[in-house]
Amino acid sequence: MGNVVVFMEVVEGALRKASLPAVTFAREAARHHGGQVLGVVAGSGLDAAASQASQLVSKLFVFDAPALASGMAELLAPLIARVAKEQGATVVCATATNTGKDVLPRAAALLGCGMVSDVIAIQGPHSFKRPMLAGNAIAHVEVSTPTLVASVRQTEFTAAEPLGAAGELIKADPGPLDARGAQVLGVQATKSERPELTEARVVVSGGRGMREGKNFEILGQLADLLGGAMGASRAACDAGMVPNDLQVGQTGKVVAPELYIAVAISGAIQHLAGMKGSKVIVAINKDGEAPIFQVADYGLVGTWEQTIPPLIEEIKQLKAAQK
Amino acid sequence: MKILVTLKRVPDPEQKVKFKGNQLDFSGASWVMNTFDEYAVETALRLNENAATGERLGEVVVASIGPKEASQQLRSALAMGADRAILIAGDDAQLDSGMVARMVAKLTEREKPDLLLMGKQTPDGENNQVGQLVAGFLGWPQATFAGSIEAADGGKALVVGREVDAGMESKKVPLPALVTVDLRIILPRAVHNGATPADHAYEEGPRYASLKGIMAAKKKELKEMTPADLGVEAALCVQVTSVEAPPARKAGVKVKDVKELVEKLHNQAKVI
Ligand SMILES: Cc1cc2nc3c(=O)[nH]c(=O)nc-3n(C[C@H](O)[C@H](O)[C@H](O)COP(=O)(O)OP(=O)(O)OC[C@H]3O[C@@H](n4cnc5c(N)ncnc54)[C@H](O)[C@@H]3O)c2cc1C
Ligand SMILES: Nc1ncnc2c1ncn2[C@@H]1O[C@H](COP(=O)(O)O)[C@@H](O)[C@H]1O
Repeated sequence: MGNVVVFMEVVEGALRKASLPAVTFAREAARHHGGQVLGVVAGSGLDAAASQASQLVSKLFVFDAPALASGMAELLAPLIARVAKEQGATVVCATATNTGKDVLPRAAALLGCGMVSDVIAIQGPHSFKRPMLAGNAIAHVEVSTPTLVASVRQTEFTAAEPLGAAGELIKADPGPLDARGAQVLGVQATKSERPELTEARVVVSGGRGMREGKNFEILGQLADLLGGAMGASRAACDAGMVPNDLQVGQTGKVVAPELYIAVAISGAIQHLAGMKGSKVIVAINKDGEAPIFQVADYGLVGTWEQTIPPLIEEIKQLKAAQK
Repeated sequence: MKILVTLKRVPDPEQKVKFKGNQLDFSGASWVMNTFDEYAVETALRLNENAATGERLGEVVVASIGPKEASQQLRSALAMGADRAILIAGDDAQLDSGMVARMVAKLTEREKPDLLLMGKQTPDGENNQVGQLVAGFLGWPQATFAGSIEAADGGKALVVGREVDAGMESKKVPLPALVTVDLRIILPRAVHNGATPADHAYEEGPRYASLKGIMAAKKKELKEMTPADLGVEAALCVQVTSVEAPPARKAGVKVKDVKELVEKLHNQAKVI
């Protein structure tokens, strides 16, 4: 018997959608462990997010304090570990976002327990499946510590739906907070009207072959037409064509949209690791031998200059005909 | 400042993954330094030099936990310019992130660096855990996923540009601290140490070892230790019991033009 603690992120006062797959994981884990799902949210000004989050779990621990607005791992990890200990948790989890990746191992260190990263499936109370080697191998992993920490791959679990009744909401006192001298000076957020990359139904990604940042505008038009998000390869991010947070891949964001359109991307293994799970993959590349075509359902050999403008036109016509 | 950099020997990510029954088969594999760790070595060297004068400003110690063969990757780091190396005997199959982190934490207590610099993840295990675990064990501040680093407060702190989900976060950490590096840390202007002229642009990427560097590396200290020397007796808590190939994607088709592409996406795949 053990409870499952799920840490949920709050962004700009709202519960982050990326946290919902971790709740699904937590529910599944709770069945294996015979316990309840307990949520943790931490930040500043959490009323709205807390009422959202309480719909998802049996009990929600809310740490609301101005000092927690920074979301620093030094502050969050001890709070998560404390709830886990006090509530007899045998599983602690969160989605493997950059925040989750930053915070969870630190919590595992405080709990002195084993951690499994990027879980894609639960096999048993202490056994999981996870990808390795850029997704070219799937490992079965056993954790032998009584309590375990797991980060959850967002694309492999569905978004949790609210339960019938709201869980108990507990305003917890964070107690003395020690950031170990660290301080967040600011965040330069990439503003976009488009859906979040990891949640979008369609992703249009560009690579080095786009040559310049301004050439991404046309991919933006295509993305907007399809209600999609923009992504990019490492080469495009490194060259400063687009912000770094658009990077898709083994070491960037992992996406699995219904439709992934890779434009002027060669298809290095590190890129494939981040998008191979997409339902339908389209590759547009001027080089017919580019490795991206090996994973593409539909490949079109041609330059983006020649293919993207007519593609936009065709889709517009199709949409007009559908109306 | 004194910097401790950890590095792991990993199978070359470019080679095909081979299986033997339900295990990975690394026979015949070639081994390289984890790219992120190579970037960490480069970052340490940039932090500890005046690039204009060539003057060295502090010590860079590199450490690895692995088989004897990992001394090759440590030598590469020495050839790039690190000062000395430590190899802690270990077998990848008998290590997990927690054990590696405990050893690194013990070594850090011994070496007392101002900065512990690590790659953010390995390309084989892809755990992205060790740095954060060590910081947790030591109670140190942490700045993970560094895309830029700037010395602050006269070298007593670092301002780290972190690659977070929403963009870039600027986080200040007092030393000693743990920093894990992300890809962009090797861009020409990502590291500012206050000694190298602020407008200096490095060549992108980790530096190559010069012939002189390779010769010098042979004479640098490479100390071998065991986990017991560090007083670590942890057992494996997270174990890979078996490994399988992922389901293969069905081969796709090439379409002849944009019209056919849209037609297929609409009528066949039904995604637009
Ligand atoms: C440790 C590490 C981690 C990494 N992590 C990631 C990651 O997370 N994500 C990632 O993407 N990469 C990652 N990489 C980098 C990866 O190895 C590749 O270098 C990168 O993905 C290449 O990007 P690209 O396909 O845009 O560029 P290139 O490989 O240079 O390909 C450009 C492509 O554009 C095509 N092209 C050129 N002009 C045109 C045109 N006019 N029209 C149409 N096509 C055109 C070319 O034929 C070519 O195929 C990582 C590398 C390392 C070492
Ligand atoms: N066996 C090892 N020896 C030295 N450093 C390691 C080892 N394993 C992991 N690390 C360090 O920890 C970082 C993160 O690795 P991981 O958490 O395993 O993905 C790597 O970039 C290395 O710097």
